[in-house]
Amino acid sequence: MESDKDNASLLGGKLSVINVGLDKFATELADHDVPVVHLDWKPPAGGDPKLAALLSKMGT
Amino acid sequence: MEHTLNKVFQGFYKDSVALMRLSRDLAAMDGVNEAALMMGSPSNKQILKDAGLLADNGAAAEGGDLILAVRAKDSDAAQNAAYTIEPQIMSQMRAATGDTIWQPQTIRAAAKANPDANLALISVPGEFAAAEARKAINRGLHVMMFSDNVSIEDEISLKIQAREQGVLMMGPDCGTAILDGVPLAFANKVTTGDIGIVGASGTGIQEVTTLISNNGGGISHAIGVGGRDLKDEIGGISTLVGINRLDADPATKHIVLISKPPGKNVLPRIMERIGQSSKPFTVCFIGATDLELPANAMAARTLKDAAQAALGGAAFEEPEISGTSLPKDRTGIRGLYFGGTLAAEAQLILLDAGLNVASNAAVPGSRSLSDDGNAHKIIDLGDDEYTQGRPHPMINPEIRREPLAAALADSTVGVVLIDIVIGYGSHPDPAGQLAEMLRTMQGTDCPTIIASVTGTEQDPQVRSSQINTLQAAGIYVAGSNADAAIAALNLLGINS
Amino acid sequence: MDIIEKANEEAIRRMLGAEPVLINVVPAGEIVPNLQDKMILHAGPPIEWGRMCGPMQGAIAGITVFEGWANDLNQAFTMAASGDIAFDANHHHDAVGPMTGMTTVSQPMLVVENKTTGNRAYCAINEGLGKVMRFGGNDAEVLNRLAWIRDVLGPAMGKALRDMGGIELKPLIARGLSMGDEMHQRNVACSGLVLRAIAAAMAKTSDDGTELSEALDFISANDQFHLNIAMAMGKAIMDPVRDIDGSSIVTAMSRNGTDFGIRVSGTGDEWFTAPVEMPEGLYFAGYTEADANPDMGDSTIVETIGLGGFAMGASPAVAGFVGAGAASEAANYTHRMSEICATENPEWTIPSMDYLGVPTGIDVRLVVDSGIAPTINTGIAHREPGIGQVGAGVVRAPMACFEQAVRRLAEKLGIS
Repeated sequence: MESDKDNASLLGGKLSVINVGLDKFATELADHDVPVVHLDWKPPAGGDPKLAALLSKMGT
Repeated sequence: MEHTLNKVFQGFYKDSVALMRLSRDLAAMDGVNEAALMMGSPSNKQILKDAGLLADNGAAAEGGDLILAVRAKDSDAAQNAAYTIEPQIMSQMRAATGDTIWQPQTIRAAAKANPDANLALISVPGEFAAAEARKAINRGLHVMMFSDNVSIEDEISLKIQAREQGVLMMGPDCGTAILDGVPLAFANKVTTGDIGIVGASGTGIQEVTTLISNNGGGISHAIGVGGRDLKDEIGGISTLVGINRLDADPATKHIVLISKPPGKNVLPRIMERIGQSSKPFTVCFIGATDLELPANAMAARTLKDAAQAALGGAAFEEPEISGTSLPKDRTGIRGLYFGGTLAAEAQLILLDAGLNVASNAAVPGSRSLSDDGNAHKIIDLGDDEYTQGRPHPMINPEIRREPLAAALADSTVGVVLIDIVIGYGSHPDPAGQLAEMLRTMQGTDCPTIIASVTGTEQDPQVRSSQINTLQAAGIYVAGSNADAAIAALNLLGINS
Repeated sequence: MDIIEKANEEAIRRMLGAEPVLINVVPAGEIVPNLQDKMILHAGPPIEWGRMCGPMQGAIAGITVFEGWANDLNQAFTMAASGDIAFDANHHHDAVGPMTGMTTVSQPMLVVENKTTGNRAYCAINEGLGKVMRFGGNDAEVLNRLAWIRDVLGPAMGKALRDMGGIELKPLIARGLSMGDEMHQRNVACSGLVLRAIAAAMAKTSDDGTELSEALDFISANDQFHLNIAMAMGKAIMDPVRDIDGSSIVTAMSRNGTDFGIRVSGTGDEWFTAPVEMPEGLYFAGYTEADANPDMGDSTIVETIGLGGFAMGASPAVAGFVGAGAASEAANYTHRMSEICATENPEWTIPSMDYLGVPTGIDVRLVVDSGIAPTINTGIAHREPGIGQVGAGVVRAPMACFEQAVRRLAEKLGIS
């Protein structure tokens, strides 16, 4: 039986997820006891891709 | 008189799968002829317009707005339907812990509130995915990006940035990974063991990991790199990072690479890196021949070959498909695949047997679909033309209905090949869904259907249970995707 | 974007390093820069008479009579409409004012000095609740009260503050947060603390027992007395944060009943304006949304420094009052505002949220990126002048202001 340390070495710690998008991914991870935070995400800049792109260059 | 109604929820976002469920409920309501719930992006509005579902207020909606569109037999029916569905639209998903806890809206806030978080799983629409990934990488999070429709420039810059930060950038277009034994997005619950995978293909990873797990082996980690990683433009950045990680991982003793054949500039770099490792490698570049491999690497032409090689080379047991043969004039094979790599593997097996093959996702040696009417047709239903404006077939198996009906009604078709991929993220009962579809289609004198089930007993759908359902519906089940194609050849009387 | 991050760090350093002290009360004509006769400073970004809302025009007419520039309200209206009165924004004169925000030469102004940077900010004294000028009231009752404030309360407070060396405001705010205030719609604790702080000095420096008693009574009866002090404090804290090249931190938010305006450190004195939104809230008996005036006042300077709607988690009681939801949901508002702020304030903490500091430093990039607009707890005025407050609610700063600011900042930094 492998030790936690061995598996943890790839990620640098126990898997803990921030889910950005489809809520089914978060639900399934939660169902299997993986720590997960599901974002109440909305498109940035009200859905305007040009403004969103400008913002991503301004560092958020 | 038929009435089209739109309601616009400004600044209100819901993901595509949730919208699909709501659309289905809305369309099923009394008096409703057609309905859809979509975000107000230009391409979505065009789809609504083409479907006769777009009203003036819907046309004025913006990308961040949700459009409810319904066409019903009269105005009352339309209003009632919109009114009834609205509470379901407004209900928020409760936080995973089930309380009315504050849900962060940004990666920044989520990372601050959860300092242990180490992976961002991103599946938002493509035009916003890169910006979100950038935020995650800046915070030292690994990224798995399911989203596609991300530019090559963005993919390159994200992968370089991730490499510099010392984190994994898995994707864009990465649907499968297994880290620390945890299936991420579309992946299977497999036995933990010492074989590590780096894969540019989701279903390719799924097939290889489940075959290994079902045949006595185990997986340390399966790292997805996204479908384009090994193209020359990207340069295999994530693949090389993945190899480095698995090479350094004490739990991994054997590494399998899965991809379509890499770009010709990338290939030698990958080979060089493999040669620097002290671990044995199995290299499955689907369909590639004559690879110049370093001493510690072995080539596998198909996914099944790769799984066998990783486990030491012994051939897997294969259930026999017998007791059937094809009618004389029905000698055509029709493949209807959800997994792109599974479609590619099938093409290879048919081509290797000397058959004429055509596909919408043609491997070298196959023609394009429009080319040759006589060829055996292998269709990748996950390809863009089928998924335009709709969720991928792995989420939306309905996409197979029309092509399946067409195949069964086609008098030249003798065998239909189908992939059933179970596991996390997949439909709760793909075999049952297929069986139910078939009930509405099958008549007498139909083609033989051969399927394979990619999955394990530990998956929520339970592999053996899915096999039973398929067999009860008269479908033959092979031990792997490759074996299903081989079985089709056997039925045609061709030795593979 | 490194230059923005570094600039914001400087902005935060200045915000958190401020030491605001209420030092004096002085007639506006003696201390507010560039304030002339027949000039009226109002709340919000600059606006011309023709676009002003009802309560604003009513207040202008009232203060014109109060100052003796017109004999009656009708004459006052005529003068205002014909350009005989000059108008300007409080913010352009180191001042702020709640709701209509009238500032004229004879008004006694609270003086808050930022001891760290030496700058001062001014705000008139809060008139109390009900029919008052800040809600557009302009009848004899309103003007008489203003006269009493000018002649009795203002000078009494001034004498007391000078005698005692002023009142340090940061510790007072910290205590108020632990007592359930958020300093915009709920100031009852802080108002009590101010009374405690100043009463002895007022008694000591008073030579008229009746006037002293009236003054103490007036302060005691006004739960919102501290609001204007908090506003002047906010201006005194934020003014030194202006003009840091590349900073995306908001230095002012303000409304005039027609337009909502913000200013951002890296874009200097430019106002980014958009139509104000309607507050959503609860109405006093007999009033409804149809009676409401659009959002108004310089009091959003309070949210700009992390209080008000941002500190709602400290004030569950206010959540019900402004119709923001159950008291248990108050903390979510603070969490939400944390998503658009650069940091939290280690000196102003919320005990019930495990001593989380109030969200500090509104970053326009984060606002536009997240789609979360600053949440403001506000009073709602009747749209007709002279009636007063009809409710309280929550209103959002318009997203358009922040989008304009982001574009302008990007332009200045050469980002496209």
